[in-house]
Amino acid sequence: MKSLVTHRLFWPVVALIALIAINTATRPSFLSVTMRDGQLYGSIIDILRNSAPLMLVALGMTLVIATRGIDLSVGATMAVSGAVALTIIDASPTPHEPSVVALAIVVAVLVSLVLGTWNGFLVSVLGIQPIIATLVLMLAGRGIALLITDGFITTVNSDPYKFMAQGYILGFPFAFYVSIVAIAVVVLVERRTALGVLTEAVGINPKASHLAGVRSRGIVWGAYIASGAMAGIAGILYSSNIMAADANAAGLYIELYAILAVVLGGTSLMGGKFSIAGTVIGVFTIQTLISTITFLGVPPAASPVFMATAVIIVVLIQSRRVHRAVRSLIRSLRSLGGSAEGDDASARTAQAGSGSSGDESARDETKVTSR
Amino acid sequence: MVTEQQPAETEDRPIVEMHGITIRFPGVLALDDVDFVLRPGEVHSLMGENGAGKSTLIKALTGVYAIDSGSITVAGESRVFAGTADAQAAGISTVYQEVNLCANLSVGENVMLGHEPRNRRGIDWKVMHREATRHLEHLGLRIDPRSILSSHSIAIQQMVAISRAMVLDARVLILDEPTSSLDRGEVEQLFAVIRDLRDRGVAVLFVSHFLDQVYEISDRVTVLRNGKLIGEYLVKDLPRGELITKMIGRELDELDAISTKADRAIDRTATPVLRAKGIGRRGVLEPANVDVYDGEVVGIAGLLGSGRTELVRLIFGADRPDSGHVEVNGQPAKLTSPRHAIGKRIAFSSENRHEEGVVADLTVAENIVLGIQARRGWRRRIRRSEQQLVVDNYIKALDVRPADPDQLVGNLSGGNQQKVLLARWLATAPRLIVLDEPTRGIDVGAKADIQRKVAELSEQGLSAIFISSELEEVLRLAQRVIVMRDRRKIGELDSREVDLDGLIDYIAVGREGSAA
Amino acid sequence: MTRTDKPTRPQTSLAARYGTFMSRHSSILPTFAAVVILFLLFAGAQLYFGNFLTPSNLSALLLNNAYLLILAVGMTFVIVTGGIDLSVGSVMAFTGILGAKLLADGLPAVLVIPLMIAGGALIGLLIGVLVQYFDVQPFIASLAGLFLARGLAFVVSLSSIRVEDPAVLWLQSTRFRVGDWYITPTGIIALLIVVIGVLVMQWTRFGRTIYAIGGSEQSAHLMGLNVARTKVLVYVISGVCGGLAGLALTAYSGAGYPLNGVGTELDTIAAVVIGGTLLTGGSGYVLGSMIGVLVYGTITAVISFMGAEQSWTRIIIGTLLLLFIVVQRLIVARSERRK
Repeated sequence: MKSLVTHRLFWPVVALIALIAINTATRPSFLSVTMRDGQLYGSIIDILRNSAPLMLVALGMTLVIATRGIDLSVGATMAVSGAVALTIIDASPTPHEPSVVALAIVVAVLVSLVLGTWNGFLVSVLGIQPIIATLVLMLAGRGIALLITDGFITTVNSDPYKFMAQGYILGFPFAFYVSIVAIAVVVLVERRTALGVLTEAVGINPKASHLAGVRSRGIVWGAYIASGAMAGIAGILYSSNIMAADANAAGLYIELYAILAVVLGGTSLMGGKFSIAGTVIGVFTIQTLISTITFLGVPPAASPVFMATAVIIVVLIQSRRVHRAVRSLIRSLRSLGGSAEGDDASARTAQAGSGSSGDESARDETKVTSR
Repeated sequence: MVTEQQPAETEDRPIVEMHGITIRFPGVLALDDVDFVLRPGEVHSLMGENGAGKSTLIKALTGVYAIDSGSITVAGESRVFAGTADAQAAGISTVYQEVNLCANLSVGENVMLGHEPRNRRGIDWKVMHREATRHLEHLGLRIDPRSILSSHSIAIQQMVAISRAMVLDARVLILDEPTSSLDRGEVEQLFAVIRDLRDRGVAVLFVSHFLDQVYEISDRVTVLRNGKLIGEYLVKDLPRGELITKMIGRELDELDAISTKADRAIDRTATPVLRAKGIGRRGVLEPANVDVYDGEVVGIAGLLGSGRTELVRLIFGADRPDSGHVEVNGQPAKLTSPRHAIGKRIAFSSENRHEEGVVADLTVAENIVLGIQARRGWRRRIRRSEQQLVVDNYIKALDVRPADPDQLVGNLSGGNQQKVLLARWLATAPRLIVLDEPTRGIDVGAKADIQRKVAELSEQGLSAIFISSELEEVLRLAQRVIVMRDRRKIGELDSREVDLDGLIDYIAVGREGSAA
Repeated sequence: MTRTDKPTRPQTSLAARYGTFMSRHSSILPTFAAVVILFLLFAGAQLYFGNFLTPSNLSALLLNNAYLLILAVGMTFVIVTGGIDLSVGSVMAFTGILGAKLLADGLPAVLVIPLMIAGGALIGLLIGVLVQYFDVQPFIASLAGLFLARGLAFVVSLSSIRVEDPAVLWLQSTRFRVGDWYITPTGIIALLIVVIGVLVMQWTRFGRTIYAIGGSEQSAHLMGLNVARTKVLVYVISGVCGGLAGLALTAYSGAGYPLNGVGTELDTIAAVVIGGTLLTGGSGYVLGSMIGVLVYGTITAVISFMGAEQSWTRIIIGTLLLLFIVVQRLIVARSERRK
């Protein structure tokens, strides 16, 4: 039982289940799924579809965070990607041709790959701090997207492109399949090969990994490229949803949601061990939360307040201090019902000491916080 | 169990008395009814292996840990410390191994901040710098109080930390491994300061793994083992061998057995495993030659800062040389990055195992296979069965404790972490392994284990370059010793033809058997 | 017997004096670079336009960027401790619309302005408590603050609210003139904040503790400095600056608008970094951040002079930020290698 509770995914799963339970309690129709014209409809289906862009971005963000980095430019990359794709389709005389759409998508994703390569170059070759390196593109990227669309919100009419975000296959939204494929690819590449462990090593101790012969530069660079590519595909989905390239609104704040999803899933912002499953749960949790807020009739503009409350609740749940307080509460409750030897270890350490006399465990108690 | 000899020069009334200290952690009795006494005007060393309880005792004295039973009396007053601030208020100051000052602030601020002089406008900088200068000069330091702390060497930073402790009017100064990063000259400086403080009546608690230094500076020594007090002795009445015996509870002739194995014939007519000619880097190292033959252990000896680590890092490719070339088994090799060297089956174990060695949040198993996995590339993952084989083999061969491959390496003691690192490198089946201070800061038992392993492997044909500040170790294990001074190689000695004193002379002077 | 780590030499030679200066103030280099950049910008703009460096233009520079200057001072405090505050733009919007609403409801300005500041302070307090007492990373904690403030702004009002209160409008419309130079009360407030910031950072224990925390929080704690209170207070200060910036912006535009300040936190961070403060904490100057704000303002002014699209501002700031950190990185790498 103890190992179940201390499992890394325990609290994220609990949070998600609690959220679903609350939703179902307040609106029983939450869980209902209906089939119409071979397409499934329902709140759950909406969540599966609408979460796709966030899922893609969060997957890429997980890899970047694992290398002790961060990618703030994903929203801007989404905007650029949408702008590129729609501009190509708009310029074509045959916007409904699948080949044109395919070309547009390919070029857009390639451009995103270039942006990811750029970020990776700044971080892994020039050694610039990730938060600043990606901040540059975050600032400049939307400007670039605006230039591509000449300052307008480009709209197009193209059925194949529309299909990306709004189409269905075998009853399920196409966007959902995109999510699934992305998750599968990432999991396979990270866990079937040694890339996952090596990435974790690089994130936990870059110097030691380098000396051990790990290709740290390549791994870090690759993480940013992956993040860029994911953002590019997410940008396609987003612009397909509204059939427009809105350079200012595309992916607004999505980097923050993505980081939140990753952290919710148990991956630490300081890098190292990461969990794809955790990120997936985190994404669904956030999307469900958004759905809950919308349903409660909260004007979308005020939804940030709920987001904030949710963030605060989550981090409190994850906070060690709260754990300690709860543990001592449980202990004192238990001692009311009988003698408790109690482990005094946590009570003993008045303040975390520093420095180790002799060769005790070299665990670094206080780590410098990164962002 | 306290053996009290008649104190020669020290006062009778102790400044710190710890009686019957017992501290329990879940599953382990860290301290069992331990007594400890510190007298003003003495230098006292606390000795014991890892797990002996040294660190726990000190943490009880500095207010980090609360005690389960027993009493602490400071200057005649019974004390219960609720935190480190309490201990500091009682006059107990600590200077840790990693200098716990703010390197981005000025020297003066580091000395005075927290009790800085003020005027109407706020901090009175002029007076503060004047005060700081005064306190620093007490310790014989003449440095610019306005200069940023990071612009000074670690040795100076440590002295600034001691200065700060003195500003707080410390009656007890605890020095935790203060000499790990100091060269001989700086150690002398530090010891002069310690003697000064002692003569002024401060009680100095000196904790160090360097037995030589303990013997040089301490008046008394207290030995702990397995959480129990073994005894308190006057240093001059306790020969080194006896001290070690009391610390680890067994005789150390196994170390002597290792040295006889080093007496082997090395074939120096064949192609050397490694030949480095004129390897150097401007500002870092003068060009030097290094040859290592099959099955040979080449030691590198010298003081801190003499360039030992720099030399091997340049050879290994961890840093870029700007002159010279390297041949591996007769073939020219371009070693510009660790990956290249590893590809040529050269392994390098850094002296800084915390920052450049262990990947703390990965398991023992993952750390051990990291080397071979990195070499194999990310695409081909080592199968679990293969991994288990390798890992179990090395855990047993090196006696890693706890013998749990899924334990996080960060939770292991320093000695066991070093063993895991050694396993990582040995698993890559290298031809040549470079060991930079592999036994630094680990307990005597693990030291012996590691040295024994190296000797074994070299007998089986592995070549090694071995760096250690403990010259006896170097002489024990190596057939040849390269001597460095001031970033230059000054010579090579045959380990059979020189003893410890001779080696020390050579390092100091450069000529065998002659004085300055 | 005296011991030193370097042989003492007569300190008269230029090289020696440079050495002493560097050993005391090496962290000033990045700020110095910012000054150079500002100078180049001014010179370039003057050469290009011919009439850029006029008293009225320069006065307008302060007028238009007073809000950013106030935010940058608060952000400097936070970043020097090694933290970050993503909420400032939203706090500015929230306090702005809150103030506008209260004024429109008839409350007097003497009541409303302190309330605006208090609002900002409360959000800052929340972030500070999360960071210090619940071990939440500043990024995440201030992210929560961002969401909270933005949401509260929308709760107050979904659309803009005009401000008619004469006291508030006075803050912006009055010009104190000296020849062709002029300054508004908001400008004075901004400069006052800068001065207070400098005084606190350099002459109080609180300020020095901020630097200490940025250098090594653990060491600062062991040195007996009040780390907990300081860390919480810097976020409160940033929140207060958010409130003041809300006041300045509301006075400037004559209305509160819940969508103000989207992305302003990034502009603020960029200005602070360009001004020479390292994101890792422990070094940086309030005056440097002021230079950074001036750089930002000059670029914006130049772009509007050229009649180009405002989207170019972001691109140029981004590029400049990039150039800046690359150079910073090179300098750091060089000095590390020399050690």
